[in-house]
Amino acid sequence: MFFRLSLKNMKKSFKDYAIYFLTLILGVAIFYIFNSLDSQQAMSVMGNSTYEIIDFMIQMLGGVSVFVSFILGFLIVYANNFLIKRRNKEFGIYMTLGMGKMQISRILLGETFLIGLLSLAVGLLIGIFGAQFMSLLVVRMFNGVMDGYQFVFSGDAFWKTILYFGIMFLIVAVFNVISLSRYTLSELLAAGRKNEKIGMKNPIRCVVVFLLAVADLAYQYYQVSHPEEITTSGILVIILAGCVGTFLFFWSLSGFLLQIFQKSRKYYLRDLNAFILRQIHSKVNTMVFSMTLICLMLFLTICVLGGGLGINFSFQKMLRELTPVDVNFTDISGAEASTKLKEKGFDMSLLEDGYVEVSFYNTPELTLKDTLDRTGLDVDISGLAVNLEGNEIQETIMKESEYNRLAALYGMEPVEVEEDTYAIVSDYEVTEELRNQLLKAGKTISLNGKTYEPAYENCVYGFVEMMANHGNTGIFILADDQVREEWRGSSFLAGDYRADTQKEKEQIDQEVMKYDVTNMSDGLLINTKIDIIAVSGGLSASVTFVSIYLGIIFLICSAAILALKELSESSDNKERYAMLRKLGTDEKMINQALFRQIGIFFFIPLLLAAVHSVFGMIFIKIALQSLGRIDYFSSVLAAAVIFILIYGAYFLLTYFGSKRIIRNP
Amino acid sequence: MHTVLEVANVEKYYGNKGSLTKALDKISFEVQEGEFVGIMGASGSGKTTLLNCISTIDRVTSGKIIVNDMDITRLRGNHLNRFRREELGFIFQEFNLLDTLTAYENIALALSIQRVKPEKIAEKVEKTAKELDISSVLHKYPYEMSGGQKQRVACARAIITQPQLVLADEPTGALDSKSARMLLESFQYMNQKLGATLLMVTHDAFTASYADRILFIKDGKLFNELHRGEDSRKEFFGRIIEVVTLLGGELNDVL
Repeated sequence: MFFRLSLKNMKKSFKDYAIYFLTLILGVAIFYIFNSLDSQQAMSVMGNSTYEIIDFMIQMLGGVSVFVSFILGFLIVYANNFLIKRRNKEFGIYMTLGMGKMQISRILLGETFLIGLLSLAVGLLIGIFGAQFMSLLVVRMFNGVMDGYQFVFSGDAFWKTILYFGIMFLIVAVFNVISLSRYTLSELLAAGRKNEKIGMKNPIRCVVVFLLAVADLAYQYYQVSHPEEITTSGILVIILAGCVGTFLFFWSLSGFLLQIFQKSRKYYLRDLNAFILRQIHSKVNTMVFSMTLICLMLFLTICVLGGGLGINFSFQKMLRELTPVDVNFTDISGAEASTKLKEKGFDMSLLEDGYVEVSFYNTPELTLKDTLDRTGLDVDISGLAVNLEGNEIQETIMKESEYNRLAALYGMEPVEVEEDTYAIVSDYEVTEELRNQLLKAGKTISLNGKTYEPAYENCVYGFVEMMANHGNTGIFILADDQVREEWRGSSFLAGDYRADTQKEKEQIDQEVMKYDVTNMSDGLLINTKIDIIAVSGGLSASVTFVSIYLGIIFLICSAAILALKELSESSDNKERYAMLRKLGTDEKMINQALFRQIGIFFFIPLLLAAVHSVFGMIFIKIALQSLGRIDYFSSVLAAAVIFILIYGAYFLLTYFGSKRIIRNP
Repeated sequence: MHTVLEVANVEKYYGNKGSLTKALDKISFEVQEGEFVGIMGASGSGKTTLLNCISTIDRVTSGKIIVNDMDITRLRGNHLNRFRREELGFIFQEFNLLDTLTAYENIALALSIQRVKPEKIAEKVEKTAKELDISSVLHKYPYEMSGGQKQRVACARAIITQPQLVLADEPTGALDSKSARMLLESFQYMNQKLGATLLMVTHDAFTASYADRILFIKDGKLFNELHRGEDSRKEFFGRIIEVVTLLGGELNDVL
């Protein structure tokens, strides 16, 4: 009997529950997708040899999942409370009919159970298929090639999802019973009636506060886009001031808009414009806090999504640029790298013929102390220069012809130096800046009792050893005959594998890696492209996954809260729209007004969040400069697609839900 | 004289085959242009149903309602909305002003939804407000006004579009006697000076005595009809009371 009542209730109010279901299903699906990443085939393209990094990533995602489950838990309890409140009157009627609280609780438990079961089933189904798309996405993101398609199902993630959400539903059920037991019958029956008092704000005050809020935000924007002078405590002040500015912005926005539009009668009195503006103005009092919160959450989402994806995109791009060949051998013992390799029994035929072998030179005559010495030059003192000034580390020197052969192999610009000039090759921005100042000032160096002038006014972009990030702090290039053989330090060999396909390359790579650890003590170091990409690609993948994961969860939260808020207001709206209809307003006009009203509530916080994010991203970009230049365009595009899909779905559901509410008598 | 409203053999049934309630039972009457007609009846007599049918909020089961030579029972969808906003004006017991809008905006709304040019709206609103003596409250919100002021704002909203017919449903129901008197004087002003045709539903004999003609409804049928003729309002009131007494006890309690 009670179960049938639950079932009937659900069928009846299915549309009311649409937002709740969407949230639950999305939550379940995303939870499954991210927890099933480990067993996905796509992971294999990121690196055969480095499972530790994937393990690390799985652990990280696992930790984040606990956090996410807390957020989702709160969201579900919140949404559920909203639905219970809507049904207070129904419970009141049950109680007047003599049904006890225990029995009503049983109905509620039955409903929670049904909803949980249904959303888990649908969510898992979507999750399992979504995971396959995720695989494709991962492969694209990391430029991998998947050998054949394979449907993957992760049992671990499946049970984990059921366990976590099972616990959440249990908590929801407990909350339901508790909140029900607190009500008295008269409260439940009177739930529909409430005294509405609309506080109208002083319009002049609104305008003043609005201008203040805009000025505050503009000042904070200015500050974050010039982060050089910001201290850690300064950041906190900016964040706080930003939050206050956002709050005041929403507090005064509708009043401000009213003032502006009322000035223009033409616009204000056309169609239902006055009505829409007043609707918003009257609701801002109750909505201002949640709008602020949602705006800030959206801001966080955009930054996390855009920033995370952006870092990954630029990281991937940089990695490709920094690993132009398959393998680097370095022999620091002083022998020729190729000789050493042959000695160790390495089959040189594994390498393509065009490999390049060069030598690094260094001498106590040329140390950082010498090259950064500013005596007699008009150069600013910067922090780093002071730190490095007294350093006795010897600079690396290379022969012009050798460097140019390598540059040709790597596809970089060649360097030209005369008998009495030198050039510096570097790709690390921080030291580059330092050296550029000196080069511009005409910094000379002395070697062999000779003085060399700079051949270029700036460092030449370039690197020799493959690395995961830009780390070449500077290599001095001298004309071949200016370099003395006794300075020879180490030998370096760069080349490609003799292979056509990625698979063959991976096989050779495994062969090559056998020589890595065993020969470390002999001074032979090996760096391979596959290894570098696997290790750092994995790291960047972890960052990306976690940011997408959190980003989407934040997005769902903001959208769901906004949607529920908006729907809970619709009972007030109902009377007003019914009034409009009685007066004979066209359905089209009514729908348009509703659409605009909800649209404004959804998109004003988004708009402000977007503006916040532009400056937030500028800040991230500058702050993470050492990681490399962040390319935002494609990442913003990717984030925007995810965003529009989820946020748009909530918006439309809210619109259609409200439309249904105002239409029903 | 032009017939503004013709109700012909209108029936309205509620319920299903098993239990049928006849709310309106073959009721017929006419309202001429410039008339002020009252409809009286006890609760449950069908007077609100009649008003709802005329205002197209409810549909008739059979019969015709002709407003301005147009059978409105045949209208559907947006034609209904259009009919309501162009031909009718409404005044409700509970005022039904939008609480979020000022008096000015509430009145202007009736024109806005007719897509009247905004430049013309301002002028019309101010003129109508002056006529109904509410210029001083134009920029107040409903919660800042007295009941009488609210109802006069509702009147202004109802007549600003110059409708064929103004429908009033228990307009004095939520007002004290002084406000009620002022409102009814406004009605007379609207009727006599502005030429508005009024159809007012009430169960209060005092309110009804302001009308030119009164239709009495009982059990969904027309029971009696009174013309004021040359009588003073007081004499007319006496005749109304007589009919009410004749109608039976139900109406007495409201006196």
